[in-house]
Amino acid sequence: MIRLEDLTKRFPGMERPAVNKLNMEVGKGEVCVLVGPSGCGKTTTMKMINRLCEPTEGKIYVDGQDTSRINPIKLRLDIGYVIQQIGLFPHMTINDNVATVPREKKWPSEKTKKRTEELLELVGLDPEEHGKRYPSGLSGGQQQRVGIARALAADPPIMLMDEPFAAVDRITRSRLQNEFLRLQKELNKTIIFVTHDIDEAIKMGDRIAVLRNGELIQYDEPGNILSAPAGDFVANLVGKNRSIKRLHLIRAQEILGEDHGGVSLDTPRETLKQKVEESVISTIMVVDEKGNLKGMVGAHALQERDGDRAEDIMEEVPDTVTDDATLNDALSVMLEIGEGYVPVVTADGKFRGTLTLNSLLDQVRSEKSAD
Amino acid sequence: MEVIDYLIRRHTMVMDLFWEHMYLIVVAVGIAIAVGVILGIVITYNRTLANGVLVVCQVLMTIPSIAMLGLLLPFFGIGFTTGMLALVLYSLLPIVRNTHSGIMEIDKAIIEAASGMGMNEWRKLIKIKVPLALPVIMAGIRTATVMVVGIGAIASYIGAGGLGQLIFNGISRTNPPMIITGAIFISIIAVGFDLILGWTERRLRVPGR
Repeated sequence: MIRLEDLTKRFPGMERPAVNKLNMEVGKGEVCVLVGPSGCGKTTTMKMINRLCEPTEGKIYVDGQDTSRINPIKLRLDIGYVIQQIGLFPHMTINDNVATVPREKKWPSEKTKKRTEELLELVGLDPEEHGKRYPSGLSGGQQQRVGIARALAADPPIMLMDEPFAAVDRITRSRLQNEFLRLQKELNKTIIFVTHDIDEAIKMGDRIAVLRNGELIQYDEPGNILSAPAGDFVANLVGKNRSIKRLHLIRAQEILGEDHGGVSLDTPRETLKQKVEESVISTIMVVDEKGNLKGMVGAHALQERDGDRAEDIMEEVPDTVTDDATLNDALSVMLEIGEGYVPVVTADGKFRGTLTLNSLLDQVRSEKSAD
Repeated sequence: MEVIDYLIRRHTMVMDLFWEHMYLIVVAVGIAIAVGVILGIVITYNRTLANGVLVVCQVLMTIPSIAMLGLLLPFFGIGFTTGMLALVLYSLLPIVRNTHSGIMEIDKAIIEAASGMGMNEWRKLIKIKVPLALPVIMAGIRTATVMVVGIGAIASYIGAGGLGQLIFNGISRTNPPMIITGAIFISIIAVGFDLILGWTERRLRVPGR
């Protein structure tokens, strides 16, 4: 889909090239993460793909076509672009921002309007509530969602994303990352993703390209980058706690069993008591007939609260993670709520099972012995 | 009271001069906007050119108005044209400077996003740059207009017409009501323009106008 051939960029007055003879290929539907310290040439490489920056030497092929022969304006209309500072147009409403590329492409206004609404819903914003607002009326996370909707507007096959989640706080970032991965599963875009954060690279990438001083040091799948870093530079970038980093690679749904182990609302006290005693975490989750997580019963609740049925005894669940969250996300939530477990739910609220600290440790151990 | 007497007696003439003054200002500022905004936009593409043009405009504005009129007289003679030209030259600087800085001050990320979305230079200009710089450009137009109202009065001295005539003739004829009438009307025009243009500028600044 995208092929870089001996790609080189020299800036006037600079001793060494910003990008030096880069050769790599990104397959269709792949997320390729360019990672490295600042000044390693990752952003320059990305900007050469949509010709915001012209290569000094070398070629870029998109779908086999040499991009230097494509009109840059036409090229950019077919490549989605998301930047760190978001760059929403402050004098335009959210609707108008999202409609930018369709309007540049002269779509009929009905089609543009429909597409805009569809996209806002896709990124989790309400077209009714947010569409007519100005960017200044939105939170950072919401603005970044609009930035992504705007880049997706004309359904470009390729997306370039330059540290798209760097400007938001940690919690919002991990939520946006998970949402984006969920979207990507449906949309199947070819994505070049730039970041300086190796954790983000491991989480987001199908393939990771590690750059240093404009040169490609290693280009491989995240698992291989972790298990076989090419040289000291990559090993240092990945860091010492590699087994913990593997938690970025595994999603909750991958290690949960079929049976979620919850009980129904009308479970009698005796059964609850027995189940709680059997449970490793001395807690049992309660679900309604539709499978939605309603509450939990622990040893403490059984002692303190009266009532005969789970419905009357149960307490509120402190926090949950979605089933596409990584084990690392789950670990953060456990640390935050100070418990050795966290219930997992699907995107529409159905209970999937409970992740425990022990199950995470088992993963780390088994990955370690596999190395 | 003498002023009111004077106004009642000579209101036709005063109103004629009022409209003449307005005409002078509106046409001069109109030309200055057309030339100044285009010039201001053009110089955002070249740093050297920008420095040159801004220095020239700065120098033009430093020349005292009476001297400027004197310099233009030998070329354009006595009358409306010379007065108009002087007013245009004076109003250029604030408009050129504000257009230039209004565009240059736009967040680079916004321009980069626009380029990345596939907007060509012209589309970026009319969809992004000018709309975002508009409040600043408007502030320049306001400064220029208010300044030119005053200089327009001096232009009457070389026969450009307008309310300045009341002041100059009043002085030579020792006719205080005539002087005061001229002064009051010029002030009204200046304050009026300032209020209206200031209001417009604020409207443009509010996101979600």
